[in-house]
Amino acid sequence: MESMAKLKIENVTKIFGKNTKKAIQLLNNGESKKDILKKTGATVGVNKASFEVNPGEIFVIMGLSGSGKSTLVRMFNRLIDPTIGKIYIDGKDIVSMSKEELRKVRREKISMVFQKFALLPHRTILENAEFGLEIQGVDKTARKERALESLKLVGLSGYENQYPDQLSGGMQQRVGLARALANDPDILLMDEAFSALDPLIRKDMQDELLDLQSNMEKTIIFITHDLDEALRIGDRIALMKDGSIVQVGTPEEILMNPSNDYVERFVEDVDLSKVLTANHIMKRAEAVTIEKGPRVALQMMKKLGISSIYVVNKRRELLGAITADDARVAAEKNEGIETILQKDVITVTGDTLLSDLFDKVSTAIIPVAVIDEQNRLKGILVRGAVIGALAGNNELINTPPTEEAVLVGGNV
Amino acid sequence: MNNLFPKLPVADWIDSFVDWLTTTFEVLFDGVTAVLEFVVNVLVAFFGFIPPILLIILLALLAWKLANKKIALFTLIGLLLVDNLGYWEPMIDTLALVLSSVFISIVIGIPLGIWASQNSTVRNIVIPILDFMQTMPAFVYLIPAIFFFSIGVVPGVVASVIFAMPPTIRLTILGIQQVPSDITEATESFGSTTSQKLIKVQLPLAMPTILAGINQSIMLALSMVVIAAMVGAPGLGADVYRAVTQIQIGRGFEAGISIVVLAIILDRITQNVGTKKKGAK
Repeated sequence: MESMAKLKIENVTKIFGKNTKKAIQLLNNGESKKDILKKTGATVGVNKASFEVNPGEIFVIMGLSGSGKSTLVRMFNRLIDPTIGKIYIDGKDIVSMSKEELRKVRREKISMVFQKFALLPHRTILENAEFGLEIQGVDKTARKERALESLKLVGLSGYENQYPDQLSGGMQQRVGLARALANDPDILLMDEAFSALDPLIRKDMQDELLDLQSNMEKTIIFITHDLDEALRIGDRIALMKDGSIVQVGTPEEILMNPSNDYVERFVEDVDLSKVLTANHIMKRAEAVTIEKGPRVALQMMKKLGISSIYVVNKRRELLGAITADDARVAAEKNEGIETILQKDVITVTGDTLLSDLFDKVSTAIIPVAVIDEQNRLKGILVRGAVIGALAGNNELINTPPTEEAVLVGGNV
Repeated sequence: MNNLFPKLPVADWIDSFVDWLTTTFEVLFDGVTAVLEFVVNVLVAFFGFIPPILLIILLALLAWKLANKKIALFTLIGLLLVDNLGYWEPMIDTLALVLSSVFISIVIGIPLGIWASQNSTVRNIVIPILDFMQTMPAFVYLIPAIFFFSIGVVPGVVASVIFAMPPTIRLTILGIQQVPSDITEATESFGSTTSQKLIKVQLPLAMPTILAGINQSIMLALSMVVIAAMVGAPGLGADVYRAVTQIQIGRGFEAGISIVVLAIILDRITQNVGTKKKGAK
């Protein structure tokens, strides 16, 4: 059932310097990076990194500068050779490959996008995008066609004959992306690809990458030092410190269960409003089924001490809301709930980020309803809980629902 | 002390080494002499064949095309002055000597520079030799040059090549090494071979620096013309040398001005070749 990992690394270690054998030995004895530097003069770049990257996922490697993340990613296409360790792409160890085999992997399987774009200044945008194909010896018309296609994909049609220095940073990086995509690789390595861009442009690029990814399903390995970026785009995140992988997990796992002090400190400054979703802070929704009639609704509201209540059908699909005042009038007139139902209620989906909720929650008269794709009522958002969660009050944050729980919830 | 460490007979060693070279490689040296003489003579004949006024206009047009109007105007006026002063033929001799020296410098220097840029062992051998070539007083080259190639234009060319080649090699190495590392990394990451990397990326990006090296080589070759005149190379240098030995200040000055005019023209034109290309894109 389990599919093969696209990329799997085992024990990958890089020692810079002369005395690598001694350094490895000391490393195996559990000595620290600092001590090894003192004793051998060798620097531990990456320390026994192991993980798997699944096909089609965005795997973010995050760490501060000097943590070894750029070194690590360069070993995936062997721009840097690991001192020891194994790197499997589609099950084949690339460390033991000959130059010829490695070249083939670089040409066909794996492309890279660089922090400083690394475009060729003497070539036009089109010629830059064609570069990988040109290296492979693809003939002129075919490579032009594919390069134009991939430039179109990144929204750069019409710029083919410009030169890189005539473009803004964001556009240059689009060219870098187009150049990498033109090869149609399985794996895309992105080394701090958006770090040199302005914050706003960076956000646009992140969105576009996610958008592109939803259509092409490449395996993307993304290096960044920016936690917000990692959380935004990563399906899973590996945190690095001093050359070691400290924790691997989904963004939520890392935020909610930091595996050690380092990770905790790293994540403590995170803007929670960009991490928490409606699912995290919604309360159980009390709702009345439409068949019940206004008297039952009034009774429920009185018991709960609220002045309005959501109305659902038997499948728990949200129909609207009623107020206590309206329900009292309807009860006196002996009318059904339909007549007093207010249908234009404010709803959000469970994965809406807290930052996008503020506006809706603050303008809504009654608590905002959280619904799923089938319009079923999942919960409500109380104003106090939204603000409390933002302030970091953990009691107000639900434990992240596992997939199973969501399924069970769906059957209620 | 003197008895403990007798003077090393370096001079004797060099003398016998040169003797050995002369006799052993006589055929080779004769061949080189013939080729160089032929190249220089062809150039002299070519430039000599075109009437001065036509050549002046052609060169001015060339300057206009490669550089700009100002330099074209300077070329026109400067060369007319040289012609007027009566130094046209020596100037052609000098130009031929400079061009052939620079041509040889490029043919040897650029491949050597490329090789040294790719291979640190080669680089570690080449660079000290370049230091040696550049700092050794140029006159010293003349003595073995006479031995190997006798007297005339050929030892002048050889001495000029030795003196002028280092900047071309050095700046070729520098230019290639200066290609930003992320660009070479990117090139490699797409699976390029070493020669693809060199031809498609490194050389084009190093070109402005390499051209600056060639420009320096031209200037150095030109600065050698007076020294080359001491071994019998014809040209403006010979006129300066003669003026010096006969203490004719006026004539020395005229010949000197002609060298300066030629130098400025060659310098400005070659300097602008690289920059103009870049600006034109």
